[in-house]
This record gives sequence, structure tokens and C-alpha cells, in this order.
Amino acid sequence: MRQFTDWQITTLLLDAAVWTVVLSLIAFVGGALLGLVVTVMRVSGKKPLERLSAGFIAAVQSIPLLMLIFLCFFGPAVVGVEISPWVAAATALILFAAAFLAEIWRSSIQAVPRGQWEAGKALGLRFLQVFRDIVAPQALRLAVPPTVGFSVQVVKGTALTSIIGFVELTKAGTMLNNVTFRPFFVFAVVALVYFALCYPLSYASRLLERRLASR
Amino acid sequence: MELNFDDVTRYGALLIEGSIFTVVVCVAAGLVGLCLAILFAEGQRRAARALRILIRAYVEFIRNTPFIVQLFFIFFGLPSAGVKIDANTAAFLALTLNVSAYFTEIVRGALETTPKGQYEAGAALGLRPRQVFFHVVLRPALAKVWPALVSQFTLVFLGSAAMSQISAEDLTFAGQFIQSRTFRAFEVYIVVTLIYAGLALAIRSLLLLSGGRLFPWLRGAR
Repeated sequence: MRQFTDWQITTLLLDAAVWTVVLSLIAFVGGALLGLVVTVMRVSGKKPLERLSAGFIAAVQSIPLLMLIFLCFFGPAVVGVEISPWVAAATALILFAAAFLAEIWRSSIQAVPRGQWEAGKALGLRFLQVFRDIVAPQALRLAVPPTVGFSVQVVKGTALTSIIGFVELTKAGTMLNNVTFRPFFVFAVVALVYFALCYPLSYASRLLERRLASR
Repeated sequence: MELNFDDVTRYGALLIEGSIFTVVVCVAAGLVGLCLAILFAEGQRRAARALRILIRAYVEFIRNTPFIVQLFFIFFGLPSAGVKIDANTAAFLALTLNVSAYFTEIVRGALETTPKGQYEAGAALGLRPRQVFFHVVLRPALAKVWPALVSQFTLVFLGSAAMSQISAEDLTFAGQFIQSRTFRAFEVYIVVTLIYAGLALAIRSLLLLSGGRLFPWLRGAR
């Protein structure tokens, strides 16, 4: 057992929290890009594409994120590819974020009246043009609050990557607990750091939602 | 690439035991969590200011921290404070607290949007305040948000996989045990994942269906 001061524990945890933030950003940005592709496929009106994207969304949403992480971590080994916890964690979280964001965005797009699509088509615009210039800007307004709200799930989701050995805030917490035997203090600080990351996002999401509702 | 499921099927009994534990502990936590949520939601509307703030803080804190950290806090923290607790109990406790916070948000929203006239109508029928709350206000409110409660419960059910990390004997724990014996990680987790997906689907459909039984006036409305 090693002696750490409260301050040392806190700074070590804050150092590890940087990785939580980095992984969250990668997952969210990567998830948004992939999610956009899935969303476009989902509303494309082409049956095979719609089925494929709907299947992807349903599959990811009906399994535990932890299993997604395990499968991304252990899966490549089956075909003889070694994969680092870091890559596995990022891949799993990107898939997770993409599925949930695509579902959020699909419902925002479907809330835009059908006539907008038809008007665009009547003007001779192609699918992607109608989507980009007419529908997406209107859907965006509806999509922002739940998208910001979902980012909280991404940050919290990164905590599960500690299980495959990626050293971020939660993993640093368990490691520090093992050497200091001060679980209350260590996990209270860990929880507070997560709260400090997540609460502003939750709050912003609620504020945006209220603003949208009052229009 | 060569997949071999023989080793996994040999441990089928363990997977079944783990599945039963996962379902039982989640359903129990869901039920207790719903009772707590009703208490907290109503408390947030009527209790003294200090208590209202306390409930609000509790809900926000749970909702904005990862479940696995809550698990660790309870499982490692309570014994250091002199409270002996085994992994399975700690998992149940953490799951209950977690689900109660999410349910509180949902139930509170439903209670808040209940028109005042509904309370007055109940009172006009000569019902006592408690009867008005349970029969005229709460039941329709729960009916209104039943699908949201079911969705949230499904998310909590899937998230419960994290309880394996304090060695609560759930489905994921069974999977990890089999993996440590057979080194067939991918095959094990494919099977475990499929079991989770099947259970989630079954629970979800069953709960949505039972919504029609609990709130019979909704039948045919949807």
C-alpha cells in the first residue's frame, strides 16, 4: 500500500480523464460521420439500403455496449489480427454512437413534412440535393437537443472501455483504489469528474429543448 | 478463421443460470425502482424545498455518472464504511438506484402534465386525496409514459452487463468464466450477445403487452 495525498489522487485522475475526453470526442465525431451515412441510407427510399441501415440500428440498440466492446476486442483475434484496447474501444463506441445518432436523426427527418421532399423533387432536384439543401436544415433544428443529450451517453459509455484495459478515468480509479484502499474518496472523485463532464451537456440539451418548444 | 462453439455449449447450464440472475435482478430492481421513482417524483412536487433539492441532486447525479462507477462506489465503498455487502446485493442496490433516477424523470414529467381538473374531478367524486392520487392521477400518468418506461428499462437491462465487473453472477460473468476456461472469447461473447438481444426483445414485448393489461382503457386506442 502506497501513500497518496488527496491532491495526488485527484491530479492522477484528472490526467486519466483527458483520455476519457479524447475517446469521447473520437467516438462522437466518428459516430456522427458514420451515423450520417446510416441516416441517409435509412431515408433514401431504396429498400435494400433502408433494410441494411435499419438492421444495423436495431442490432446495435438491442445488445449491451459492453458486448459490442468485447466483440470488437476479441473478434479480430479470430482472423489472426491483434488489436489494441484503444482501437477496439474507439471502434465499438463509434458503432454505438452511429446507431443511436442515426435513429435520433431519422426521427428528426421524419418530423419534416413530406411535402418538403415532394416540393424539392418537383423542382427537379436530386435526392442528395433535396436532403442537403431542404430537409436537413429543417431537421437539424429538431435534432440538436437530443443529439447533445446523447453525447452524455457517449461519455458514460467510455467508462466501459476500462474493462478491456483501456486506461481512462474509471480504470485509473480502480487502479488507484487498489493501491490506496480508499474507495469512497477515489470513486467519489471519479464520479464528480464524470458529473462535471456530463452535467453541462445534459443542461445544454434541456435548455435547447425548452427553447425549441417555446418557439 | 475457425469458430468452435462446442466448448461454449458444454457450459450451457452456466449461461442459463447467468441469464436467470440477470433477468431476476433487473426485474426486481425495476419494480423497487419504480416505487422509489413514484415517491421521488411526487416528493419533487410537494415536499419541503430542501428535500426537493436533494431529490433533484440525486437524480442528476445518477443520470450524469456511469453505472459502472456507481457499482464500484457501492461495492468497494460500503465495506470501507463498515457495511458488509456481497457482490450480488451490491449489484441489485446499484441497479435499483440507477433505474429509480431515470424513472423519476419520466414519472415526474407525466405527473406534471396531469391537468388540474383531474384532481378536482377525483375530489368531486368524494374520493380521499390518497385515492385520487393512486386511481385518478398516478395510474393514467403511468399509462401515458408506459412505453417510455419500457424503453428505459430495456436500456438499464442492457447496461446491467457491467455488474459482472464486481463479480455479480450475471450472464456476462458466466461468459467471462467460460472464456477463462476455454479461451474461446469470440464464440462465448457472440452467444452471450445473442442471449442478451433475445432477452431484451422478450422483456420489451412482454412489458408492452402487459401495458394493455395494466391499463385496459388503452387497448384499441393504439
